[in-house]
Amino acid sequence: MSVLAFCEVRDGRCKKAAFEAITAAKKLAADLGGSVTAVVVGHNIQDDAKKLAAWGAERILAADHEFLALYSTGGYGRCLVQAVELAQPKAVIVPATIMGKDLAAWTAAKLGVPLASDCTEFKVEDGALRVRRPVFAGKALAWTHGEGEPFVLGLRPNTMAAEEINPGGEGSVEPLPLTFDPSTIRAVVKEITGGDKGDLDVAEAEIVVAGGRGVGGPEGFEPLRELAKVLGAAVGASRAAVDAGWIDHAAQVGQTGKVVSPNLYIAIGISGAIQHLAGMRTAKVIVAINKDPEAPIFKVADYGIVGDLVEVVPALTEAFQKALA
Amino acid sequence: MKIAVCVVVAPSTDTKVKIGADGKTIDMSDVKLELNAYDEFAIEEALRLKESTGDGEVVLFSVGSPATIKEEIRKGLARGADRAVILDTDTTQLDSSAVAALLTGEIKAFEPEIIFMGKQSVDYDSAQVPSQVAAAMGWPVVTKVSSLAIEGGAFRAEREIEGGVEVVEGTLPAVISAEKGLNEPRYPSLKGIMAAKKKPMEEKAAEAPAPVLVIDCLELPPPRPEGKIVGEGPEAAAKVVELLRNEAKVI
Ligand SMILES: Cc1cc2nc3c(=O)[nH]c(=O)nc-3n(C[C@H](O)[C@H](O)[C@H](O)COP(=O)(O)OP(=O)(O)OC[C@H]3O[C@@H](n4cnc5c(N)ncnc54)[C@H](O)[C@@H]3O)c2cc1C
Ligand SMILES: Nc1ncnc2c1ncn2[C@@H]1O[C@H](COP(=O)(O)O)[C@@H](O)[C@H]1O
Repeated sequence: MSVLAFCEVRDGRCKKAAFEAITAAKKLAADLGGSVTAVVVGHNIQDDAKKLAAWGAERILAADHEFLALYSTGGYGRCLVQAVELAQPKAVIVPATIMGKDLAAWTAAKLGVPLASDCTEFKVEDGALRVRRPVFAGKALAWTHGEGEPFVLGLRPNTMAAEEINPGGEGSVEPLPLTFDPSTIRAVVKEITGGDKGDLDVAEAEIVVAGGRGVGGPEGFEPLRELAKVLGAAVGASRAAVDAGWIDHAAQVGQTGKVVSPNLYIAIGISGAIQHLAGMRTAKVIVAINKDPEAPIFKVADYGIVGDLVEVVPALTEAFQKALA
Repeated sequence: MKIAVCVVVAPSTDTKVKIGADGKTIDMSDVKLELNAYDEFAIEEALRLKESTGDGEVVLFSVGSPATIKEEIRKGLARGADRAVILDTDTTQLDSSAVAALLTGEIKAFEPEIIFMGKQSVDYDSAQVPSQVAAAMGWPVVTKVSSLAIEGGAFRAEREIEGGVEVVEGTLPAVISAEKGLNEPRYPSLKGIMAAKKKPMEEKAAEAPAPVLVIDCLELPPPRPEGKIVGEGPEAAAKVVELLRNEAKVI
């Protein structure tokens, strides 16, 4: 009996979410009584695959092929199905990243097994696995169980800190040969564009500096970018700012944007509409800057500053600079 | 070109969620229903495709209870879809796999070249039905599409990923799920609203298979601790940084 963890690779490197998946699998395997198998899919990934032992993978499967250098639902999905058949796991943990969500949905469908996407907690009671996931954009939480095995679990990034339990540890890697003809996969990623800006993604960042209509225009985001640079943060936005064309949609936080759970979320000139809160209310600490003391954002903010963001943001940047020097 | 669009009617996104007496479902009294936000983009993309090819049919498919969803589905017809099929089933125990099974059965008979859906429903946020239907049809699926071009039997889709954009190429038939930004959905015209009254809306009784994902109970998220206003104006900045460091310990 095992728990299978899918380890996402981008640009040939395992992502942080991959280590989180192994840590989660490790905890689950301890409760269910079993071991952890990791599966990696990509090209030229042997080195990173080996090192998954450091995070707790007891068995490592790797599908390493030129065709797998870029993602395809059908290609990666078939590899994951193959890993499931080999490992016969009770549960499969897939990071709920953009790749992981797509992959988990297809794989669960193909296997005809239940999938709980975007889970934030698991528990095992009398041998039965139950998982908690936010529904209604986080306005409620649902404890669910699956009928059928394996139970596929999407793990929301940043909800479980990855633990390197055996630093420097390496394991042996079992190859997963391609069992299908790549030409039969009818939809494949041809290229990834726009990633060269090196912008940190809001969904993955530990600190997010977000701006709303209050910043006043595209140039109003500049002081926020400076603050973000000091903090090593990603820049996010409300829908109002995105719809106005001031910033890319990729930055939108909320019900129809991204759901983020950073350690620190700084909301600047954002009123705190219910659809925005849906995307950030699980942040560990929230700071709000707004000129209106009645703004609903202050109801969820741990620390609030009432004032004009034009003055407050540079002061905040300076204060962080001093503190972090 | 025959185009299928799957649409779900869900509580509006500003709903204040109350848990029902059974502890497992949402209290639906006082809840306003709307076409799922993402499905608006799916409908629009289907209409544009039909318009660009010059002929064809756009059919809406929805699993739900006709009495509660009919009026919202009609809004999709008012925008320009040709007809709708409602699969009438008991919705209390539905999960994505059951919805997908019902949709697949019905859509197969229609023999479309493409199926549009939304990225996810705004109620249970599961984002699974598109992949489920694709797997059952044996078709490729591209989820979360924010730009789409179709020519001949081939398509080119873009999807935003962390820190970049994936360009996906493939061939039809396929399932496409729509992300916000795929297009700018049109408003129904008065003419469209009038025409929708006469468009066919078929109701079919359907038996949903048992769910594989079962909700045992719902809870409300713990309230966030009462926040505090640290101060006013730029003078408060240093204090906030100090609190973040020494009290919250996040920097
Ligand atoms: C179906 C649906 C989905 C949605 N999805 C999302 C979503 O994913 N994400 C999202 O964010 N919204 C979403 N919304 C929109 C949401 O309802 C709000 O309209 C939006 O969040 C408002 O953005 P805002 O707070 O930036 O703007 P506003 O509500 O206009 O607030 C601007 C704030 O800035 C403050 N301000 C102005 N000037 C200054 C200044 N100089 N200094 C300091 N403060 C200042 C004001 O006091 C005000 O509080 C959705 C809506 C719908 C219907
Ligand atoms: N009951 C339903 N009837 C028709 N289509 C649905 C239904 N539920 C979900 N869908 C479609 O599947 C998409 C994703 O929903 P979900 O997988 O439930 O998050 C939606 O945007 C719809 O296009």
